Amino acid sequence: MRNVRLSIMSLVIGLVLLALAVSMIYPFLYMISVSLSSDKYVIKGAVSLLPRGLSFKVYDIVLHDPRIYSAYRNTFLYVLLGTALSLTVTSLGAYALSKKSMLLHSTFTYLIVFTMFFNGGMIPTFLVVRGLGLIDSIWGMVLPTAVSTWNLIIMRTFFAGFPTELEESGKIDGLNDIQVFYYLVIPTTKAIFATIGLFYAVSIWNNFYSALLYLRSQDHFPLQVVLRNIILEGQVRSTNVTSVGGDQLVVEESLKYAVIMVSTLPILLVYPFLQKYFVKGAMIGSIKG
Amino acid sequence: MERSKAAAARRTPRPIRKLNKDKYLLLMVLPCLIYYLVFRYAPMFGLVISFKNYNLFKGVWASPWVGFKYYHTFLNSPDFVDLLRNTILLGVTKLVFSFPAPILLALMLNEVTVSFLKRFVQTVSYLPHFISNVVVASMVLTFLSPSTGIVNHWLKGLGFHAVNFMSEPGWFRPVYVLSEIWQHVGWETIIYLAALTAIDPLLYEAARIDGANRWRQTLSVTLPGIAPTIIILFIFNIGDVLDIGFEKVFLLASPAIYSTADIISTYVYRVGLGQGNYSYAASIDLFTSIISLIFVCTANYLARKFSDNSIW
Repeated sequence: MRNVRLSIMSLVIGLVLLALAVSMIYPFLYMISVSLSSDKYVIKGAVSLLPRGLSFKVYDIVLHDPRIYSAYRNTFLYVLLGTALSLTVTSLGAYALSKKSMLLHSTFTYLIVFTMFFNGGMIPTFLVVRGLGLIDSIWGMVLPTAVSTWNLIIMRTFFAGFPTELEESGKIDGLNDIQVFYYLVIPTTKAIFATIGLFYAVSIWNNFYSALLYLRSQDHFPLQVVLRNIILEGQVRSTNVTSVGGDQLVVEESLKYAVIMVSTLPILLVYPFLQKYFVKGAMIGSIKG
Repeated sequence: MERSKAAAARRTPRPIRKLNKDKYLLLMVLPCLIYYLVFRYAPMFGLVISFKNYNLFKGVWASPWVGFKYYHTFLNSPDFVDLLRNTILLGVTKLVFSFPAPILLALMLNEVTVSFLKRFVQTVSYLPHFISNVVVASMVLTFLSPSTGIVNHWLKGLGFHAVNFMSEPGWFRPVYVLSEIWQHVGWETIIYLAALTAIDPLLYEAARIDGANRWRQTLSVTLPGIAPTIIILFIFNIGDVLDIGFEKVFLLASPAIYSTADIISTYVYRVGLGQGNYSYAASIDLFTSIISLIFVCTANYLARKFSDNSIW
């Protein structure tokens, strides 16, 4: 009797979990299907799981939109520059902070952790960024969010577990701390660099806040801003069927989903391969340091 | 010989010796410190403009002091009550529904013995965490669109009337909180799953010997085992009740539903950057930051007093 009850319980749990998994994937499948279907099926609302009347028309339009092209270029630039910068500053700082014997170690740590509980807020931060002349420049997208305290703590915890014997042998060979970090620590802890680099890359790719606050001119807009302008501000046109380029009719819904897919695809594509690194990073972060 | 060495060491004060020893480490931490001073601490001191009539051309220091004028204006403005109510209701709704969600999910995943199913559910449920707020808000708005959205297709298919979700104030909170859960529930289980693996298997064995079934084991072993993690994360979450992520609320809200969707941070954006009322907006910033800090400190104090678990 107890066994029967148990297996019913497991069945229920399994079904709930499956339903949850479906709710996570289905929206993406649906958007892909609609954006790849031909107009007449989309208007009828006949697309549910697989594309009907395969058509790449909307992607053709989206990929030839000059706004999307320049947004893509900008986003790539921000991600490359920002990730390199953030990773450098964070890893150097995290390594130094992992040395508990360092002068002022705990003062620096308190200073940094305090910012997790109290901050100046939107307006004073904006005034600082403007005061530094970073408004409407690449640097406004890269510098104000350069270090994430969470990522810093993850890296610090990781470096704290680095075998001291290796560092000491380096010191005996006459290396200073920077050289030890460069020649010994980096080559042996590439995985954590990859993980934190990915965290930074994703958050810069998704960063809308900085763009909204600090960017003014259209030439600098990243994908997220263009996406918002097209979808939420309805810059395609708010009728159901939109004509693009003369007599070519396009269903607005397909167009929106295509824009969403185009701006999300890189993350969706790399995600399955990098997932285990992300999880490892989050696991290290969950250990109290 | 011994003595002269010790004397030489005494001549250079300890901090200086230490400075010399740690100079490379200090050099390494320097960029990081500069970042925190410039982008995290300078804004905190910038909050002083909330006590001044900030003038763009005079700068922060030359602008005249006005004391608590902007705080009075905010606390007495008709917007204040609405904003505070909206912010707290949204924050508390989010806390009540989205905080326990990952705990439940982690407990369910823990019961799954088919490792393929477990891995599949985990992999898939982490995904939305990596999707931007703009994309999630776009998805919410198009899926819920009254004319073309899939949700209303379904509703009509089931014989209901179409609902214009995003222009009815009553729908904002449920939609927002649901989308938050959808986005983050999977990712947030990671911490709990890590805590679950740290529970000593001997405890389960002992419980089994005492005749505890799976449900009883969950109550008596699993939950107490992850309680410290739950408490720590709860304290962090308490601080976010007033400090709700600006991006998604900003993206989902529209003037039609401001009666429930306008919260303090979106108001600060509109008043501060939209209308250039820097001092007034900064006073609201400081007001909420201080209340959030008080929340966190209180939660931390209570947690330390009653459970021995705390952030500091």
